[in-house]
Amino acid sequence: MTTSMLGEPIARREDPRLLTGQGRYLDDIGHRALAAAFVRSPHAHARIVDVDVTEALDVDGLVAIYTHDDLEGRVGEPLPLLIPHEALTHGRTPYALAKDEVNHVGEAVVMVVATDRYVAEDACERIRVRYDFLPPVVGIEAARDAALLVHDDVPGNVSAHLVQENGDARSAIDAAPNVLELDLAIERSASTPLEGRGVHARWDADDHSLRVYTSTQASTSVRAALAAKLGLPPDRVEVIAPDVGGGFGVKIMHPWPEEVLVPWAAIRLGREVKWTEDRREHFVSATHERGQLQHVRVGFDDEGRLLGLDVTVWHDNGAYTPYGIIVPIITTTQLLGPYKPGAYRAEFFSLYTNTVTVTPYRGAGRPQGCFAMERTMDAIAEHLGVDRTVVRERNFIQPDEMPFDHGLTFQDGRPLIYDSGDYPATLEKIKKLVGWDDFAAFRSEARAAGRRVGIGIGCYVEGTGVGPYEGGFVKVETDGTVVVATGLTTQGQGHQTVFAQVVAAELGVPIERVAVTTGDTRRFGYAVGTFASRAAVMSGNAIAIAARKVRDKALRVAGEALEADARDLEIVDGTVRVVGSPPGAPGTSIPLATVAVLANPLRYAFDREAERATQFGGPVDVSKPPVAEGDSPGLEETGYYSPPRSTFANGMHAAIVETDPDTAEISILRYCVVHDCGTLINPRIVEGQIHGGVAQGVGGALYERMVYDDAGQLLNASFMDFLMPYSTEVPVVETDHQQTPSPLNPLGIKGAGEAGVIPVSAVIASAVSDAEGFAVTRMPISPSDLHELRLRHSSEGGPAR
Amino acid sequence: MSEQLYEVTLLVNGVHRSATVPARRLLSDFLRHDLELTGTHVGCEHGVCGACTVLVGGRPIRSCLQFAVTVDGEEVTTVEGCTRPDGELGPVQQAFRDCHGLQCGFCTPGFVTTITAYLHENPEPTADEAREAIAGNLCRCTGYQNIVASVLRAAQLRTGSTEAAAEAAP
Ligand code: FES
Ligand code: FES
Repeated sequence: MTTSMLGEPIARREDPRLLTGQGRYLDDIGHRALAAAFVRSPHAHARIVDVDVTEALDVDGLVAIYTHDDLEGRVGEPLPLLIPHEALTHGRTPYALAKDEVNHVGEAVVMVVATDRYVAEDACERIRVRYDFLPPVVGIEAARDAALLVHDDVPGNVSAHLVQENGDARSAIDAAPNVLELDLAIERSASTPLEGRGVHARWDADDHSLRVYTSTQASTSVRAALAAKLGLPPDRVEVIAPDVGGGFGVKIMHPWPEEVLVPWAAIRLGREVKWTEDRREHFVSATHERGQLQHVRVGFDDEGRLLGLDVTVWHDNGAYTPYGIIVPIITTTQLLGPYKPGAYRAEFFSLYTNTVTVTPYRGAGRPQGCFAMERTMDAIAEHLGVDRTVVRERNFIQPDEMPFDHGLTFQDGRPLIYDSGDYPATLEKIKKLVGWDDFAAFRSEARAAGRRVGIGIGCYVEGTGVGPYEGGFVKVETDGTVVVATGLTTQGQGHQTVFAQVVAAELGVPIERVAVTTGDTRRFGYAVGTFASRAAVMSGNAIAIAARKVRDKALRVAGEALEADARDLEIVDGTVRVVGSPPGAPGTSIPLATVAVLANPLRYAFDREAERATQFGGPVDVSKPPVAEGDSPGLEETGYYSPPRSTFANGMHAAIVETDPDTAEISILRYCVVHDCGTLINPRIVEGQIHGGVAQGVGGALYERMVYDDAGQLLNASFMDFLMPYSTEVPVVETDHQQTPSPLNPLGIKGAGEAGVIPVSAVIASAVSDAEGFAVTRMPISPSDLHELRLRHSSEGGPAR
Repeated sequence: MSEQLYEVTLLVNGVHRSATVPARRLLSDFLRHDLELTGTHVGCEHGVCGACTVLVGGRPIRSCLQFAVTVDGEEVTTVEGCTRPDGELGPVQQAFRDCHGLQCGFCTPGFVTTITAYLHENPEPTADEAREAIAGNLCRCTGYQNIVASVLRAAQLRTGSTEAAAEAAP
């Protein structure tokens, strides 16, 4: 039934296309385009002395070679700093092609355009760049010590320093009966979508317009950035995100150097130009995340209740700060999770290193924050000898304390106020799902068999659906199809399905009639982008608002045609009818398609619908204009949703792990998730998001790290060496839902995209610590890391379980 | 410095297709850019992710690790050829849809071809075998759980359709 579409786990509407090879990803477009390739810096830190292209010039098929000297006007200026912040006192962004200096391995120095990619790479190989080496700054400790600088004019390598405080945390801790300190570390990882970045540009000299396809999470903003860079009126620039093979945050970064250079070259050459990133390029020239060192000082009472929490974070922002300091801001605000921290102080230093730039990766600083808080909770439990879930429960914000104001500023610049959530209920569910209270029995059984097992838990709260806004467009065509558009982009979240579900439910039409377009500036020009688990919340609600407006208008127009009061009408299965009228009774119903015709006064009856419509036209009031003042022709509306502030989803994960006493191998025996993202539009899709998030979390907890040597070379820049989990590494995820609708938006939904990844490192650390009897403080943890920890703890004479 | 070119002819999804390419043209690029069959995807170009998997003579191979000239004259099946004869979703494709086995869909063609070949050899896998069968392909979106379910579902659909076909046979 059409009206119950919301909440149904229906199969995805995009799948038949994608399953039969009919998807159109970036590299599937423009087979005749010229290909771009880049000469990238092999050094982490160096001055460019000279670029010699002589040998490349006789490569057959070479079209053009560009260095920074060729970039005129704003194309030659540094790329924009997208999110300025007053604490970001020393923001630095790269040039599209390096000018004078390179600051990480992989930074683009020369662009080559040729007839195909093979030839372009041949030419790249023959270009000689001479460098003067500078000593690189690699790793957070080196950046913090600041014996060497990444940017000469940035003292201490500090791009930003921010302190947020609610109450006097330091005094509260000093006065507390119990005080603990923790030093924690999280390694770098990255989004690594299966499809890398890519850009295709076509300049139409006759029309004086530019069409750019880019594998992005923010097509409208790419358009604005390109128009500004290239000096074009924005309405002469179209930017389209085609099918995108995964994003996970990395593709929210824009404009990339390549995203500016490819269109620029296309205009200059008057030819289609395309660049498809290869895997190594993605590792060394896209972006990473996660790397942080943390120091926690916590004061608590004898029950384990927090009295004061003081956290310092040293955040590795890599070579540049084009995306601002969103990640450490999120870490230090979302760290609080479902707890009341007492007095809270958070301080971070965002530090430059000569490594790949850091921008958000799924979770965007939350996994690190969650790790800090959950390790702290476990430490308190251990200190007091209290069950870990009990300590957590004692610190929970209670449902009757919602909305809860933390007295801090969130990443959207708005107050950090939780809207809703029932944390004790979520905890109950996760304990039940994982069998928390029965675990002791399982442990002794396992121990008797010579096995070592542990259980862990992690709780998080995630601010989702951040503003400022999204929009939606809904139009009923005269054949009864409903076209829907929203500006934000899709990277596999099933938006063509979930947004169609929203429209089907709101408008009362069969879902098969609804066609959704995302991320195409030709169809919808205003948008912010797909990040921060915001798509369903923001565009879902905007589309719902637009659909409700269309519905109101349809009822009004149909009411005039049927000579009925609009309040007595409903739309069922694409037909407007008088409520309670027997089906087929004459004069009581009218197809929505016909209403669409009537809504657009016509001179010409060009098809059946138009012809039929005239029968319903009724007597015309010739004293009024055909389109009333303030009204507009057609059955189409645009709606915007702009929330006062973010909505906060939450969840709790628990895992049972086994650690091999000899090999130190860590296996996840069970992984359980209870999550609350408000009202569900499509539970199957939400569950898929959770599975994928957990898999990335497992990668981050056990396998993935960016291994840089002291010279700043990334040693594992391939899927061979960067250990992304295969099916054999990912556990079966058992899920349960809790639904506390958001009071902030019409649909009551909260975001779900990132939730799966957030607590995984915390949970696995908790479980491994439980199995081993000592606290794990650095993630990821490999078998050799665990082996070394065992040696260290046995030499210190610590307990072994 | 112009390269020597070779004519390569393949029987792709039952249709003879040919193009003239340099010796170093990868099979993946040949399929995608010379024949414009873009269903085969390239996720790593070094043989690790499996997105580029196609069937050559019914056996799964990584098309990013083969030169097109080396498979001249062979029979190749890509994801486009894994549909039913009437163009509807084939059993593996249908199973992915039923089980939400894909999100962004970029890895999917490699899974579909791999699983198609696998079920030919092992038509009734257990859940563990299903997980093992896909252990050479990377997916960054799904966490694999629904892909494992898709393998099992595809096995059901396949036997169902062979049974149905047998019943329908005169
Ligand atoms: S693209 Fe061939 S295995 Fe990854
Ligand atoms: S569905 Fe996106 S990589 Fe598998």
